[in-house]
Amino acid sequence: MSDPTVADTRRLNSKPQDLTDAYGPPSNFLEIDVYDPQTVGVGRNRFTTYEVRMRTNLPIFKLKDSIVRRRYSDFEWLKNELERDSKIVVPPLPGKALKRQLPFRGDEGIFEEAFIEERRVGLEQFINRIAGHPLAQNERCLHMFLQDESLDRNYIPGKVQPSSDPEARCA
Amino acid sequence: SHLHVLTISRITSFFSFGQSAEIDVVLTDAETRKKAEHKTEDGKKDKYFLFYDGETVAGKVNVTLKNPGKRLEHQGIKIEFVGQIELYYDRGNHHEFVSLVKDLARPGELTQSQTFDFEFTHVEKPYESYTGQNVKLRYFLRATVSRRLNDISKEMDIVVHTLSTYPELNSSIKMEVGIEDCLHIEFEYNKSKYHLKDVIVGKIYFLLVRIKIKHMEIDIIKRETTGTGPSVYHENDTIAKYEIMDGAPVRGESIPIRLFLAGYEMTPTMRDINKKFSVRYYLNLVLIDEEERRYFKQQEITLWRKGDVVRKSMSSQATIGAQRFEGSVSSESALEKAAREDSA
Repeated sequence: MSDPTVADTRRLNSKPQDLTDAYGPPSNFLEIDVYDPQTVGVGRNRFTTYEVRMRTNLPIFKLKDSIVRRRYSDFEWLKNELERDSKIVVPPLPGKALKRQLPFRGDEGIFEEAFIEERRVGLEQFINRIAGHPLAQNERCLHMFLQDESLDRNYIPGKVQPSSDPEARCA
Repeated sequence: SHLHVLTISRITSFFSFGQSAEIDVVLTDAETRKKAEHKTEDGKKDKYFLFYDGETVAGKVNVTLKNPGKRLEHQGIKIEFVGQIELYYDRGNHHEFVSLVKDLARPGELTQSQTFDFEFTHVEKPYESYTGQNVKLRYFLRATVSRRLNDISKEMDIVVHTLSTYPELNSSIKMEVGIEDCLHIEFEYNKSKYHLKDVIVGKIYFLLVRIKIKHMEIDIIKRETTGTGPSVYHENDTIAKYEIMDGAPVRGESIPIRLFLAGYEMTPTMRDINKKFSVRYYLNLVLIDEEERRYFKQQEITLWRKGDVVRKSMSSQATIGAQRFEGSVSSESALEKAAREDSA
C-alpha cells in the first residue's frame, strides 16, 4: 500500500447520508408565481396589477407563504434598487412598451390580453431569477417587494441579516 | 565568362568571394537517444532529442564546402550550448542562463569539407523546456563559422525534462467552504502534489444545500505569469473541464472525484524560473445553479514529472531518494547512472 511507485487511489472515507436527509423535503424550496392580472382605474389612469405569491422554506425569508399585489413600475423600482445596491447582474425586465401607450392605436394598447400575458410571463421569470440569488436575498428591497403589503419608497436601503436558524449550522 | 544571375544566394557567394558552406550538427548518440514531442510557438508539434540535467551533450559538427576545390576563409569555428528564456513582448532580449562554448577551429581557412568533434560534459540544465503563450524557454546547440561579413550558423534545438520523485510530504487538500446559509460544502483531494500521469481522487460532501444546483465540474487551469513588479502579466488557460455531477444534490450527499491527468497536455509546475516566469496549475471546483450562476473554489496543485524508468536496484533508489523534490540533481542524473549500472 505504501509502494511509492503506484498512485494512491483508495476510496476516501465519507460520512454516510442518513435517511432523513435522503427522503426529507428539499431545503431549497422557492417558488414565486405571478398571476391574476387585474386592470384597475378608468380611462387614462388605468394600470394593471399582478398577484405575486411566494412559497419557500428558505430561512432567510420571514414568511414561508406570502401574497402581494404589484404593478410593472414596482418591478422597475426593484430592478433599480438592486442594480444600485447589490453586486448581482440583474436580469432584464420585459419591455416597457412605450409605443403601446401612444394614442390612436387600433387595439387596447397595454391592456391587450396577449400583451398582458406576455408581460406576466416575463415578470415571473424575472422575479424567480432574482429571488434565488444569495446576494439578492441579502437586500431589504427584495424582502419588502415580496412580503410587505405595499412598497415604502422612502425606506432605508440596507442588508438583511441571515437568521440564526439551527438548520444553518453545519453538521 | 559566366553570366552571374543576381539571386540572393549568388549575392552571398559574390560577397564571400565564391565559397560557402553548410553546417550540420549530429549527436553521437543520435541512434539511441529518445526523442520527445514539444510544441513550437505556432502550435505545431515536433520531435526533439530529449536530455536530462547533468547529461553530457556530445557529437560532431560537419562543415561541408559548397564548391569543392575552392578555399573557405573564416575567423573561427565554434559550437555553443545555450539555455535561454525569451519573453515574446521583449524579443530583443534573450536571457541566457546557460552559455557554454567550445572553439573548434582557430581563424584560418578550410581547403576541404571537415568534421569537428565536440563534447559538453555533464551540462547543467536546471529548467524544463517550455513554450508558452508569452514566454519560451529553450536549449539549443549553435555551430558557427565566423566570417568577416556574414557568419554561417546552424541551430539544433533539444528538449529538456526535469524529473522529480515522490515527495516525502504530500498532504491532502481538505477544506470547508460556502455561502452563509445557502451552500456549505466540504471538498477533499487526496494529494496536493501530483505527477503528470497521476489520478486526482477526492470527494465533495454537501453539508447544506439551499440553492438549486444543476451540475458540478472540476476545471484544470494553467496560469502562466510573466514579468515582475508592476508589469506582471497572467495568462489563464482552461486545460480541462470535467463534469463530476449532473443534477441537484441534497444535504448529506457525497460526490466522488476520479480525474486522470494523463489525458491532458500539462507541464510540471514551474515557480519563478530564473526570476522571469512561472507556470502554475489550479483545480477549480465549479457549481452551476439553475439560473446559470457559478459558484467556485480554486485551489493550487503542484505538478511534477516522474521519470519513465523505475529502478529497483538499491544504489539507484538511494540516489533517487537523495533528490530534492523541487529540483533536479545538479550533477549526473540518477537515471543516467542507473542506466549505466544496468548495462554493466
